[in-house]
Amino acid sequence: MIRFARLLDSLIYSPSRNTKLRLLKDYFATTPDPARGYALAALTDGLEFRYVKSGLIRELVVGKVDPVLFELSYDFVGDLAETASLIWPAPAELPNNQSAPDVADVVETLQSASRGTAAKLLAGWFDRLDATGRWALIKLISGALRVGVSARLAKLALAEFGNIDVATIDELWHGLTPPYAALFAWLEQRGPRPVVDESVNFRPMMLAMPLEETELAGLNPSDFRAEWKWDGIRVQIIAKPGIRRLYSRTGDDIAAAFPNIVDALAFDAVLDGELLVRRADGEIGTFNDLQQRLNRKAVTVALSTDYPAFVRLYDILFHGREDLRSLPFSERRRRLEAWHGNVGAPVVTRFDLSPLIHFASWDGLRKRRIEDMPRSAEGLMLKRADSLYVAGRPKGPWFKWKREARTVDTVLMYAQRGHGKRSSFYSDFTFGCWRAGADGEAPQLVPVGKAYFGFTDEELARLDRWVRSHTVNSFGPVREVEPHLVVELAFDSVHRSTRHKSGLALRFPRVYRIRWDKPAAEADTLDALTRHIE
Amino acid sequence: MTHDATIDWIKPTPAGLYVAPGDFYIDPTRAVDRAVITHGHSDHARPGHRKILATRETLAIMEARYGADLLSERQALAYGELMTVNGVSVRLAPAGHILGSAQVVLEYGGRRVVVSGDYKRRPDATCASFEPQPCDVFVTEATFGLPVFRHPPDGEEIGKLLHSLKLFPERSHLVGVYPLGKCQRVIMLLRAAGYDAPIYLHGGVVSLYDLYRSHGVALGDLRLVANAAKADLAGAVVLAPPSALADRWSRRLVDPVTAMASGWMRVKQRAKQQGVELPLVISDHADWDELTATIAEVDAPNVWVTHGREEALVHLCKQQGRDARALAVVGFEEEGS
Ligand SMILES: [Zn+2]
Ligand SMILES: [Zn+2]
Repeated sequence: MIRFARLLDSLIYSPSRNTKLRLLKDYFATTPDPARGYALAALTDGLEFRYVKSGLIRELVVGKVDPVLFELSYDFVGDLAETASLIWPAPAELPNNQSAPDVADVVETLQSASRGTAAKLLAGWFDRLDATGRWALIKLISGALRVGVSARLAKLALAEFGNIDVATIDELWHGLTPPYAALFAWLEQRGPRPVVDESVNFRPMMLAMPLEETELAGLNPSDFRAEWKWDGIRVQIIAKPGIRRLYSRTGDDIAAAFPNIVDALAFDAVLDGELLVRRADGEIGTFNDLQQRLNRKAVTVALSTDYPAFVRLYDILFHGREDLRSLPFSERRRRLEAWHGNVGAPVVTRFDLSPLIHFASWDGLRKRRIEDMPRSAEGLMLKRADSLYVAGRPKGPWFKWKREARTVDTVLMYAQRGHGKRSSFYSDFTFGCWRAGADGEAPQLVPVGKAYFGFTDEELARLDRWVRSHTVNSFGPVREVEPHLVVELAFDSVHRSTRHKSGLALRFPRVYRIRWDKPAAEADTLDALTRHIE
Repeated sequence: MTHDATIDWIKPTPAGLYVAPGDFYIDPTRAVDRAVITHGHSDHARPGHRKILATRETLAIMEARYGADLLSERQALAYGELMTVNGVSVRLAPAGHILGSAQVVLEYGGRRVVVSGDYKRRPDATCASFEPQPCDVFVTEATFGLPVFRHPPDGEEIGKLLHSLKLFPERSHLVGVYPLGKCQRVIMLLRAAGYDAPIYLHGGVVSLYDLYRSHGVALGDLRLVANAAKADLAGAVVLAPPSALADRWSRRLVDPVTAMASGWMRVKQRAKQQGVELPLVISDHADWDELTATIAEVDAPNVWVTHGREEALVHLCKQQGRDARALAVVGFEEEGS
């Protein structure tokens, strides 16, 4: 645990990617199994402890320290893991047979622990660790390390450590489980390549690069095929006798939320498509409608019938045992159409084909993108006819030509201190638009959304200073500010919402521009925003 | 000892704590006629008062910072020496914060009030150690008045710096320090740990080292960064004010490891925000344990909390049955944390 704590500690203070890679490789090289395997699992979000929830940490701490002192401290520090680790009153001396726990001890013990014992175990470990050790332990068990290392970077470090291509790690990854002893043995050339049943594994998806319109001039339209970029959840379907999987882009199996789709997986193929829902009126639902489904663990009959889900297919990766990924896109498309033409009606009701859009010139396509884009699409996909299906986001074969973001001028109303590395900055903002006052009354600001990103570090620092010098009221961690600063928010769409006072909710709001210059009275009204409702 | 209902001869005012019968202020935030100054940090020792009472060291620091002519009438009071101002007896006791820092011990009408100024309890080779004074009213600072602040032993923190010097012998180690107090303390901690190589200083932290030397603090071989060759700075310890850490100035150093010596470094997120790679939790202020131990030790029935995160300490004192309140004294800016 001490070594792991030191690793996390060094990682958060290292700004450079190369230093992080070096620290990770060094850790893999110098830490024995199974500790390093569990550390790797933690870094790639592969650990889950059923009985440890963040509520448990809070409960443990509040049981040990005065709750008022805890709240004041938490408000100051801004991060639960750090507050708990710093405030924990460790005994001055421990019986000498007790030493700091090992990562592997912690993981294995907790995984087999019952609900009742988890708290007691944690308390014992907290006593035996210093503040940094406790902090690392809390991060480990809460499943979100947030030390500036993505799962991607951890796998990259692992690949560099073993001198292999990271795509090989990806191929194997979903067939392996912590603590990855066989994988480490292979990477250290002490053992054979781990054998996993790769046929049921998620294959890393092929993704598109955003298109800069200026790039079009250098591209030949006849080399490309176009289709809509549907606004749902990108999925990979793996079906074969006895196997029915529905993977999201991150490789999570989301089949449980879509039983009707799973019922239709009576075939033998690996497909790529977009998961969408249909509304009662036959129209394709919005991302919001879909989100409702995803957030449920168990699906009610009503949900399944109100919003029947289906998959709009883009591609075919395997047909039976035949790997089609090394065929060109145009050929895969032909195979996809042939496959779809031959499967029975029960499959076809849940799977349709994403139609290809015919075009002769970029101007023609641009016109279609503006005039014909369905509401449930978020842009166009351009795929080279000769593109093979490869993992990741290669530059060149696939482009996404997204719809321009919509924007609205709002007024900053409230600010709250962020968490994590922004804990001393006011970085979580609530914005409002004007609602016309009745009968000549002054217009009123009504909150329309929150945004946490879209600004640079310098802008954040300036916003933070602005908030501090324009506060009119504080409610706990929240500050109300003078309604003077106009911020242009970008968003993907607007929806009706009963949860907001304005009756509206923005999807994906983010700060687009801070209009230091613009008078607040010129910010947009709710009416202007209502016009964007789909 | 008694509750402060009857102690109305000392009170907070916009200009600072005012002792009415003596007609003087303690660490006033604006120019006044008569001031008692606890220590030389600029948020406590401001220029422009007509008469100043302080330790000899504090007066010397003020003179070095403001020049002799800004300080008109100065009177030095040694630790333990007694003086009476219009019937108020005034005594200074060591506060352990920085060179010359003092608690002001006031007695009037049979009641004793102690204004601690800034203080800490752990040993510091650059100043006399804090001496607890039992009293009726204890005015305490609360810079680190939250239970998350527990400064580790100084030796451990200096050990981290020495360890990093071994790991990266080719890199300059740039340590952010407040010029008065922290700078000299870090030097003395390094010397105590056996580090006797030259230590390089940014121009912003040199002004006081002659003064420290003349007060018997042996700082060893100190040199100016401005006069050093780049090669000398490889693997060297360089001390600079915090404001210089991210400054263009630091480009003359060799691939610097950025360290910072401050009690705030206890909170990782804070350290990280400041771009610090090597946080050193070294503070000249009492941590939570020191604050609470001191309050227990002086055992004052009335505790006035000022200067920092008052709320938690007030809460704790009340739980202990003390009459506690936060004194809103504006103008303190945590120099030397
Ligand atoms: Zn001070
Ligand atoms: Zn101070």
